[in-house]
Amino acid sequence: MIEEVLVTARHNPKIDPSLGIWTWEISVYLFLGGMTAGIMLFAAWAMLTRKQEVLAFAHDRFALWAPIALSLGMTTLFLDLEHKLYVWRFYTSFEPTSPMSWGAWILVLVYPVMILQTLSTLRRGYPTLAGWLERIPVGGWVMDLSENWRRTIAALAIPLAVGLGIYTGVLLSALSARPFWSSGALGPLFLVSGMSTAAVIPVMVSRLKGERHFFETTDVGLIFLEVVLVSIFLISLATGAAYHLEALDLVMGGPFTEAFWLWFVVPGLLVPMVLAFLGLRGYRSFGLLASVLVLYGGFMLRYLMVEIGQVSTWTDYAVQFDPQLLERLTQ
Amino acid sequence: MKRREFLKISGALGAAGVMPGLLGGCTSQPLPGTGKVTTTPTVCNICFWQCAGTMYQEDGKPWKVVGHPDDPHCRGRLCTRGTGGIGSYEDPDRLRQPLLRVEGADGQEFKPVSWDEAFDFIARRMEAIGERHGRDRLALFSHGGGGKFFRTMLQAFGSDAYAHPSFAQCRGPRETGFGLTYGEGVGSPDRTDMSHSRCIVLIGSHIGENLHNSQVQTLTEAIGRGVNLITVDPRFSVPASKSRHWLAIKPGTDMALLLAWMNVLINEERYDKDYVANHCSGFDELAAHVQPFNPEWAYLETGIEPQRIRETARAMAAAAPATLIHPGRHTTWYGDDTQRSRAIAILNALLGSWGRPGGYYYQEKVKLPKFPAPKPPKPASDWKAVVQKDFPLVSTGISNVMVDASIGDDAFFKGWFVYATNLPMTLPAGHDKMEQAAQSLDLMVVVDTMPAEITGYADVVLPECTYLERYDQLRNKAERTPTLALRMPAFEPRYDSKPAWWMAKGIAGKLGLGEYFPYQDYKEVLDWQLKQVGSSLAEMEKVGVKAFPRKTPVYMEEGKPVQFNTPSGKIELYSGLLEEVGQDPLPKYTPPDRPPEGYYHLNYGRSPAHTFGRTINNPQLFELMPENAVWVHPAAAAVHGVASGDYVHLENPDGKRSQAIRVRVTQRIRPDSIFMVHGFGHTDPRQRLAYGVGADDAALMHNVKIDPVMGGTGLRASFVTLKKTSEAS
Amino acid sequence: MTTYAMVIDTITCIGCGDCVVACKTENKVPEGLNRDWVVEATSGEYPNLHTEFRSERCNHCSHATCVYACPTGASHYWKDTNIVLVAAEKCTGCKACIAACPYDARLIMRPEGYIDKCTFCHHRVDDGLDPACVASCPTHCMHFGMLDNPDSIVSRLLRERRHKALLPETGNEPNVYYLL
Ligand SMILES: Nc1nc2c(c(=O)[nH]1)N[C@H]1C(S)=C(S)[C@@H](COP(=O)(O)OP(=O)(O)OC[C@H]3O[C@@H](n4cnc5c(=O)[nH]c(N)nc54)[C@H](O)[C@@H]3O)O[C@H]1N2
Ligand SMILES: Nc1nc2c(c(=O)[nH]1)N[C@H]1C(S)=C(S)[C@@H](COP(=O)(O)OP(=O)(O)OC[C@H]3O[C@@H](n4cnc5c(=O)[nH]c(N)nc54)[C@H](O)[C@@H]3O)O[C@H]1N2
Ligand code: SF4
Ligand code: SF4
Ligand code: SF4
Ligand code: SF4
Ligand code: SF4
Ligand SMILES: [Mo]
Repeated sequence: MIEEVLVTARHNPKIDPSLGIWTWEISVYLFLGGMTAGIMLFAAWAMLTRKQEVLAFAHDRFALWAPIALSLGMTTLFLDLEHKLYVWRFYTSFEPTSPMSWGAWILVLVYPVMILQTLSTLRRGYPTLAGWLERIPVGGWVMDLSENWRRTIAALAIPLAVGLGIYTGVLLSALSARPFWSSGALGPLFLVSGMSTAAVIPVMVSRLKGERHFFETTDVGLIFLEVVLVSIFLISLATGAAYHLEALDLVMGGPFTEAFWLWFVVPGLLVPMVLAFLGLRGYRSFGLLASVLVLYGGFMLRYLMVEIGQVSTWTDYAVQFDPQLLERLTQ
Repeated sequence: MKRREFLKISGALGAAGVMPGLLGGCTSQPLPGTGKVTTTPTVCNICFWQCAGTMYQEDGKPWKVVGHPDDPHCRGRLCTRGTGGIGSYEDPDRLRQPLLRVEGADGQEFKPVSWDEAFDFIARRMEAIGERHGRDRLALFSHGGGGKFFRTMLQAFGSDAYAHPSFAQCRGPRETGFGLTYGEGVGSPDRTDMSHSRCIVLIGSHIGENLHNSQVQTLTEAIGRGVNLITVDPRFSVPASKSRHWLAIKPGTDMALLLAWMNVLINEERYDKDYVANHCSGFDELAAHVQPFNPEWAYLETGIEPQRIRETARAMAAAAPATLIHPGRHTTWYGDDTQRSRAIAILNALLGSWGRPGGYYYQEKVKLPKFPAPKPPKPASDWKAVVQKDFPLVSTGISNVMVDASIGDDAFFKGWFVYATNLPMTLPAGHDKMEQAAQSLDLMVVVDTMPAEITGYADVVLPECTYLERYDQLRNKAERTPTLALRMPAFEPRYDSKPAWWMAKGIAGKLGLGEYFPYQDYKEVLDWQLKQVGSSLAEMEKVGVKAFPRKTPVYMEEGKPVQFNTPSGKIELYSGLLEEVGQDPLPKYTPPDRPPEGYYHLNYGRSPAHTFGRTINNPQLFELMPENAVWVHPAAAAVHGVASGDYVHLENPDGKRSQAIRVRVTQRIRPDSIFMVHGFGHTDPRQRLAYGVGADDAALMHNVKIDPVMGGTGLRASFVTLKKTSEAS
Repeated sequence: MTTYAMVIDTITCIGCGDCVVACKTENKVPEGLNRDWVVEATSGEYPNLHTEFRSERCNHCSHATCVYACPTGASHYWKDTNIVLVAAEKCTGCKACIAACPYDARLIMRPEGYIDKCTFCHHRVDDGLDPACVASCPTHCMHFGMLDNPDSIVSRLLRERRHKALLPETGNEPNVYYLL
């Protein structure tokens, strides 16, 4: 038996007794970032394949959702910062070893492309908006420009979107200090999950049956892929070092087992996969329900990953004293 | 792996959601020490070791306090508590102004009064006591240097009775036991020469948790050298964890072990024959006395295998005379404490370690003349002959006996001054005693820095400023090198607090006894005394610590006869004095009481983070250790269905319950005992950090064993059980 | 590059926590935050026990994952040494470095929000002094110095005594050593 206990009452906020540095702000950001990547990919694909008739929503209206989702996500990301006035410091250097720095710069590249991509769809998708923009001096000119370069922009959007989608996972998996995140599957998993959450949007809002069907089919495939990637993720932990096994324990009998399986895998992956499948068979309400569950599952994935990863650790000391007592010091 | 509950996380998420999105944005704090730095010498008062240090301020704000490199008490480094000493100055819950007990609308309450009013009240009451009962009926309880000023004032008034709890609740048995054997006590700082020991035996002393600074430093230095350390402790204490031999003794049976060790040393002829022949008396009686107490006998009492008893005895002999059987310090355990200390003293004599390198060295202090002042009058009675007649060998006050002599209508004492001692938590079941004493006394004045529990029983509370805000007597303690150290104010006293000398002088003034304080400012006394020894206050304010040449030898001079201050002039293995007063001239073993079924020995001790109860509210130290936990062996934990982190109430056989205390299940304790750090369990809400946190061992003590020789309170014979509770502290 | 190391003797460390208080006062660490802490590790079963005390802090890793994770360069090596510092005026408070430190050695400064940590007391090192925790330790069990200098106390102790570092398997190459 070994008893490792802190002799001095260490209770650094958000770090003890286990990490709580990242909460809903980061989960929401990762969720919306992934969704943004998916939106850009689907919109770009529709443009490159010139599917403006079959995939009308994806081709003409979807792109606008990307800057909205990403801006919301960046807002919550900003909310998470502890030293907010220094946010500009992300852009006074590029740190090649830091996935977060990569992410910051990817965002810089993603934004203009995403905006141009959106502008290239405005006249067809959102004529009122386009009308307003027309009244601004260069408004018409940029719209012309982006329409002319639409397919080039779309081609640019694809690698950037993949980068964005993967980076949200790499950001976590690069943090080897948190054994639960130490899996190369996280990047692809987050990308696929992001695409899946993006795919359900047309399922819910597209007026075209064909387009809905296309995205339902795609989504069944993506969910299936996601199930595979979740399995790979778990297997990669299971084949890791002792710390990874301990991390795996958190969801295999440990305190997060119920949350992981009953709150995420079942309602967020398996059920929507079955429902979406039924939706394909013509039960539209099942398809809609599946879409809602996919969104839920996509968020749950990020939320649980962020939470469980922070609980998994290399160092774990028992606490002798009630940390709440320390609050008396600041009262 | 952290076992954080999922639901709790969701809760935290909610909380995080409402937390304001602070923009932050201030620039970083400047590097420490880049501002204007000033320093002042001080002498730490967080415990009684009195380490000299230097108080640093930066840009007029308290910064840090560090040890003085020339000080033998601290050797340049303060202990944990001393380093956190600034917290006592900064504590916002400090006493702020004099308080007087008055009848308010909802019963009694404290009314803030001026110093003048407070002194007037005290002087009137003292005079009333003098008229009604006699001027000799006031007692002083003090644990700290400032008590001396009140002593002067009370002696001038006609009362001489005086007790430190550091005698009858602490060192009394040791000083008495060693005094009877060697003609002098161990003293403070303890004269243990661990720097040169080759073998050290700690019997209970948990140096390392007990942080008496140079004790810790010399012990760990010895450990670093690979000293043969033998620790006798029912708990795997810090020094036990550093020991070659840990003897996990059955609580209260140390005397059996000590007798068995003597038996082995004598029967195997491993004692220091020359030393015994030259310096000791009563060896033959001792040799005959210990015959029945062989290791096989001791095994049955102590649980320590005979082989280990022999092995350790031989190790002690092999390293002798550089073998220190440590005298311990807090020695009031089971009531046979003077005798146990005698046994330790005798064992040291057999090994020839007293007066020898690696054993006990001789100390010397600076000969500092007293500031000229009138001699106090002779008191009307010999209070000791009245109050302490059962303990004729004791020449100092026995606090518990003096408290008992203050309870009831015909009690001897009618008024108390209490300086820097929190008697309700210091005396066993002290709250009950204070309750009774407060009913009988005509006056209780309490001088403290904090709203300690004792202040709650007072008629008048006088707020003293902390050690960082005052001049005090020079520290002049006997040490290896005679050394003086100065405590001077680093800060102006906060609030309306004042130093002890100023209060005592003020009260004396009201009593018309001003002549006993023939100075305006205590600085005059310091300067005068320092000039008598070739220094000055100005010099000391600069240097802080000053060493003086030593005049006497540090060890016995080999081959020279030594005159001990005992009736025989020898080290008295057999004590005629004890025999005269009807006590055992040679130490005897009495088996301790065993806990009833389901109960455990109530064991307690120190934590390095705190000094008793006085530092719990110190913000810097509270932050280090905000509560005490009760150590429970896994077997006992299983019986009571408790796990680490649970809260329990401790309950003694009389049904007395403690506040809730957190459980720590650990292998480091015997299955028949529980352990807790003394000093927690404060009940006064005015100490906002400490209030209601943890449990108080003193309140649970139901089986107090009075030492028949020195009258102190054996505190280790009580038992408790665990009652699970959902309440946190 | 100069490598500074701390070498702490678990044989003489008593777990007193003086190092923790000394750090807090020297560096004016706000209430409720800690740059260092003390761990007690007990193994075995009564009465065959072993207890080790360890004063822990940032390991000033030679391969500091916190520095690598920092997106702004706020977390950096000081003056071509292994001393890892945070430049508050570059720190966004994104907390990537906290997540990246396997020793949980970092903290969020109150109230400002930038990230703080043990600095090895570089302000004292600059003056040729030992860090505050080392200089206060009453058992003298803490040592500080340069690993590059073979005559330094730390090099000598590591040569002469059995020792370990914490979690070397992280690959962070920690520079706080414990003598056994
Ligand atoms: N940090 C800190 N240091 C302090 C103090 C403080 O308040 N805080 N107070 C100072 C003062 S005034 C004093 S007097 C000293 C006291 O310090 P010590 O003299 O060292 O105290 P003891 O009570 O002798 O020792 C307590 C140890 O005795 C063990 N013990 C309990 N019962 C028995 C028994 O039956 N037999 C044996 N052999 N051991 C037993 C306990 O498990 C514990 O480890 O500490 C001083 N140092
Ligand atoms: N149950 C139990 N009882 C014990 C012990 C135990 O371990 N357990 N230990 C025993 C021992 S070894 C001892 S030495 C005694 C110690 O007993 P005490 O000396 O009574 O110890 P404290 O509880 O620290 O009380 C000291 C009081 O002095 C006050 N004080 C601190 N600094 C100053 C100052 O500068 N000026 C003034 N005027 N007041 C000040 C504090 O606020 C506090 O109220 O307790 C003994 N009693
Ligand atoms: S031993 Fe510690 S608390 Fe006691 S006087 Fe020295 S530094 Fe202060
Ligand atoms: S100050 Fe020294 S002895 Fe105390 S805990 Fe720290 S390293 Fe250990
Ligand atoms: S211990 Fe943590 S904070 Fe310190 S250098 Fe290593 S990774 Fe960075
Ligand atoms: S919180 Fe500050 S120091 Fe840490 S990674 Fe972010 S910018 Fe760098
Ligand atoms: S080196 Fe300095 S900053 Fe680091 S723990 Fe020690 S005192 Fe604190
Ligand atoms: Mo004591």
